[in-house]
Amino acid sequence: MSKAVSALGGVSHKGFAEVAEAGLRGMITVRGDLSSAAMKKAVKAATGTAVPAARRIEIDGDKAAAWMSPDELLVMVPYEGAQDAVAALEKALAGEHHLVADVSDARSVFTVKGSKAPEALMKLCPVDFGTLAEGEIRRTRAAQVAAAFWKSGADEFTLVSFRSVAGYVMGLLEVSSRKGGEIFPA
Amino acid sequence: MLTLECPYCGVKAEETELQAGGEAHLKRYGPGSSDDEFESYLFMRKNPKGVHFERWRHAYGCGKWFLAARCTATLEVFGTYSAQTKEPPADLQAKIKAKRPNWEGYK
Repeated sequence: MSKAVSALGGVSHKGFAEVAEAGLRGMITVRGDLSSAAMKKAVKAATGTAVPAARRIEIDGDKAAAWMSPDELLVMVPYEGAQDAVAALEKALAGEHHLVADVSDARSVFTVKGSKAPEALMKLCPVDFGTLAEGEIRRTRAAQVAAAFWKSGADEFTLVSFRSVAGYVMGLLEVSSRKGGEIFPA
Repeated sequence: MLTLECPYCGVKAEETELQAGGEAHLKRYGPGSSDDEFESYLFMRKNPKGVHFERWRHAYGCGKWFLAARCTATLEVFGTYSAQTKEPPADLQAKIKAKRPNWEGYK
């Protein structure tokens, strides 16, 4: 099998916040009845977390389950583990009306680090950061393309976009985080 | 700027995260209907100055269609509700009636 590489090869830029492409991440779209017992079992088997409540992301180490819509979850696992996670999900959801699709290679992941990280995103996304709760995943747009992000650390946000627009998103983040472009200069 | 709260995910989404879908609560006429009914279903739309019911899609969010009631003149939003309804919820209609006493009803 050929060697998998991420869209931008892990490029990073340092401005008032540090933006970087985070590399490959196993991502699986799961659709079905989120309140069913089988779904609880499936998510537990794949990530070890509970089924997230609306707009929440449940993180356990390098695995996570995020709420995408009332009938859709995004399951995140290490890239190498995606195939196994798909198999585990399929097994747990057998007999239920469901969809499990490995979308790892259709996505790009970025991190925005630093105490001013929200300011880099504020310029790109129509999101009220004042009301953004801890452990919330926000699906929105970054300038002209669809994106989702959540707070993945004390001073860190992780942003997910489609791989086809990875170059565009990196460009946005780089320009948005350039020194001198702070929204609230100290 | 129009800000609508998506009834499915609770996000207060602003206009650019949404996609407009035209008038809500259309009655669909298909095969077997008269030409007049079909023409009215295809082409005839309300264009009120005042209370209007619309379809919106949370395009950059959960992707679900929902319905919204707003005033076309002032952009006041009366409320949003699930698309799985045949007519606006009674409490929303009462709320609109209280704010716009001259409103004729959604029909």
